[in-house]
Amino acid sequence: MTDDSTQSADLARIADLVGKSDVLLFMKGSPLFPQCGFSSRAIAILQHLNVQFDSVDVLQDQGIRQGIKAFSDWPTIPQLYVKGEFVGGSDIMMEMYESGELEQLIEDQGVARAE
Amino acid sequence: MAMAASEIEALIVAGIPGATVEITDLAGDGDHYAARVVAESFRGVSRVERTRLVYAALGGRMGAELHALQLTTALPDAPLGSGPEQG
Repeated sequence: MTDDSTQSADLARIADLVGKSDVLLFMKGSPLFPQCGFSSRAIAILQHLNVQFDSVDVLQDQGIRQGIKAFSDWPTIPQLYVKGEFVGGSDIMMEMYESGELEQLIEDQGVARAE
Repeated sequence: MAMAASEIEALIVAGIPGATVEITDLAGDGDHYAARVVAESFRGVSRVERTRLVYAALGGRMGAELHALQLTTALPDAPLGSGPEQG
């Protein structure tokens, strides 16, 4: 039930968040307490890759929760962004992780590794 | 608001002609599925776009009544056992 101006404000907030982080995961819950199996899987993959990332808990913000689906034209959460580009959800992350493509992407983009 | 596996399969096949769909009921509760969609029309199409095609076939149900669907896509000539079920 958002009007157009609210929605464009949400989209602008999302674009700002995506632009500020090299690796950003929109998820349900937090990395310590994922609230959904798919988000949990996405976190596990990022941790295995030892990559430094930020996360946004969509459950805390209805504007972002709805807006992110329009932003990427993608109906599900989690959603991973690397250097501002939409990479995919947890299934795509898993496929890319298993084939080594996700590591390659992280490498190619020069993203910082976690300490 | 679960969907039957047969309904999911029918929608995907209708939306992506020639696709073969393999559905696994992950939890036995009719609500958590894995789907593997194999289609020649995926050739030259990125993973994200393949998934979008499947979501489009599901006609807005994805993310709504259909929350728990693990989805993998492949080409018909992909090596056997390359799916996520491989241990």
